[in-house]
Amino acid sequence: MEKRVTFKGWKLPFLLIMPQVLVSAVFFFYPAGQAIWQSMFIPDPFGLSTRFVGLGNFEYLFGNSHYRASFVTTAVFSLLVTVCSMVPALFLAVLADRLVKGAGTYRTLLIWPYAIAPAVAGVLWLFMFNTRIGIVAWYLGKLGYDWNHVLNGAEAMGLVVVASSWGRISYNFLFFFAALQAVPKSVIEAAAIDGARFWRRFFTMVLPLISPTMFFLLVVNVVYAFFETFGVIHTITGGGPQQSTTILVYKVFSDGFVGQDLGSSAAQSVVLLVVVGVLTVVQFKFLEKRVHY
Amino acid sequence: MNKFAIGALIAGTTALSPLVASAQTEVQFWHAFSGRLAELVDAQVADFNAGQADYKVVATSKGNYSEALNAGIAAFRAGEQPDILMVFEVGTATMMGAKGAVKPVFQVMADAGATFDPNAYIGAVKGYYTDTDGQMLSLPFNSSTPVLWVNRDALTAAGIDPDVDLSTWDKIGPVLDTLKAAGSTCPLTTAWQSWIQLENLSAYHNTPFATQDNGFAGLDTELVFNSPLQVKHIQALGDWAKDGKFFYAGRRNEGGANFRAGDCALFTESSAGYAGIKAEAKFAFDVRPLPYWEGVADAPLNTIIGGASLWVMAGKEDANYKGAAEFLNYLSSTPVQEQWHKDTGYLPITIAAGDATRASGFYEENPGTDVAVIQMTKNQPTANSKGIRLGNFDQIRTIIDEELEAVWAGDKDAQTALDSAVSRGNELLRRFEAASR
Repeated sequence: MEKRVTFKGWKLPFLLIMPQVLVSAVFFFYPAGQAIWQSMFIPDPFGLSTRFVGLGNFEYLFGNSHYRASFVTTAVFSLLVTVCSMVPALFLAVLADRLVKGAGTYRTLLIWPYAIAPAVAGVLWLFMFNTRIGIVAWYLGKLGYDWNHVLNGAEAMGLVVVASSWGRISYNFLFFFAALQAVPKSVIEAAAIDGARFWRRFFTMVLPLISPTMFFLLVVNVVYAFFETFGVIHTITGGGPQQSTTILVYKVFSDGFVGQDLGSSAAQSVVLLVVVGVLTVVQFKFLEKRVHY
Repeated sequence: MNKFAIGALIAGTTALSPLVASAQTEVQFWHAFSGRLAELVDAQVADFNAGQADYKVVATSKGNYSEALNAGIAAFRAGEQPDILMVFEVGTATMMGAKGAVKPVFQVMADAGATFDPNAYIGAVKGYYTDTDGQMLSLPFNSSTPVLWVNRDALTAAGIDPDVDLSTWDKIGPVLDTLKAAGSTCPLTTAWQSWIQLENLSAYHNTPFATQDNGFAGLDTELVFNSPLQVKHIQALGDWAKDGKFFYAGRRNEGGANFRAGDCALFTESSAGYAGIKAEAKFAFDVRPLPYWEGVADAPLNTIIGGASLWVMAGKEDANYKGAAEFLNYLSSTPVQEQWHKDTGYLPITIAAGDATRASGFYEENPGTDVAVIQMTKNQPTANSKGIRLGNFDQIRTIIDEELEAVWAGDKDAQTALDSAVSRGNELLRRFEAASR
């Protein structure tokens, strides 16, 4: 006999989803709509006059080679942040999963960095790599390596990637750890009895079993790299040297809030919205096929 | 902590004297200072409030210059703008374009019946904030100009006479060679590279930075800072950077930490770096005029200012405007300006305050503190040295920063980098022109 859980009538379900709909409407649909609307104007900063330009802002953006270059920077940055925050997290989670004693303490310590705001994390890392007083930069100097992220774009990129990934490892660790704990012991034991070694068990059994979690983290981390790393970039490099760490969301900020060019800023956030939307669709359409629920 | 204490004090006194408080008009003043400068402004405000009973100025720090301007704009859009907003010189064109958002200072003064003489202000400062009809739109407040800071001990250590002539870049070249040969890791560094190495360089050599009198004469201005003079200077710095003789520390004034710690021998920085250097430097230092290139006609002319001015916002009551006028007059008064100049290294913005400082013997006791004043005032400014007024200037400076970094890193030569900065900057100027029409 099939058991169906359905509501009679529409009032109660409507009431139940209302809060979610309201929150989405107020904090997502309304601002997104505003951004799309504003992207078609060039307003003056004080909102005293606006000029309708249609798609002029987009034309201006895509005609600018530096804006197009920012896409490449963003892609490189997001890829690196996603990899650097997921791989170590998985590794640590596997280790923690095998831990018998002191697992609680180990876990708690690993979660700590997540409590630190990105901007603060940025300052901490900047302090360690400061070209003049940074302890890491000093040791690198001792080893004969002249660290200078103020002028070296690759080093600046490396630094913002590490600073952005660091706190994120904790977050990913939590999810990986929970997923690993949920893998049925009996399956693993059966494989062990059949003679499969640890790494073979890991790649052929554990990974597929935790693939839903990996997929979820992939989506979430890409979105994180796109939108929430702004604080780190702002405190460490300010987008420099040259434009080597100017990712799209940082450009939205600097054009909008520093440059007061609200039309361009709005157009950029619309572009960003589309990019992330497309990326998420692609992830669900192609990657999700490889996910086993 | 200090701000909390003052806030608590103000709150406390207001609560204790409700009658007085209700009779007063509050004048909101948003500024962009922190640390020592914020303390000094708070002291000025407290002194003004104690000196009269009609108005109470409430000073609030809104972060750095960009953040304060942004806060002011956001507040205006919400109808909650302060009476007085501090805007850095780079935001001047933005404020001038916002006709309905500000009430020009000359009008505020006239309506309030306050005595106000624009000619009391020194020319190079006044020129920056007046419109084409000679009317003062905002009140100059903290203005500084770049000078050369010298670590005398570092020169001595390298076997150089600390009184060596550093008046021109031509003479500085060999000094840098000697410093480098003696093992200095930072013979020369700079703060605010666009402001000092391009904007002031141009004015100092009577060379245009942009057409239309550097933007003063119209919005259809175009950048022209890729002429031979600027290219020569940036290329020289780039060559020095390659040889380890010029050390680049960052886009803002990061180099100040290196200089104050004694790492750097020479440092081009605002005259307002005085307070920090005097407090922290554990070596003998002195101040020299900004160097110039030999063989350029009219050089050295005068340098231009950086810093901020105070704008009175539109949409307030008459009583608020009266209070604002009175407060602005207080800030420009001779004793206040004199003390401000002595404490901070900012220029005395009125001629009278400059004279009073000289008469007090301050310059004899603190040699070099008058260098900036002399450098600013000794020649009559021309159209090229009156100042720079460009829309989207903050972003144009970012572009200049990016392109200069390419030169310091050795990725581009000076001509290529400046050509690129000019064409990228011109796009932003056209955009501002479109938005302001």
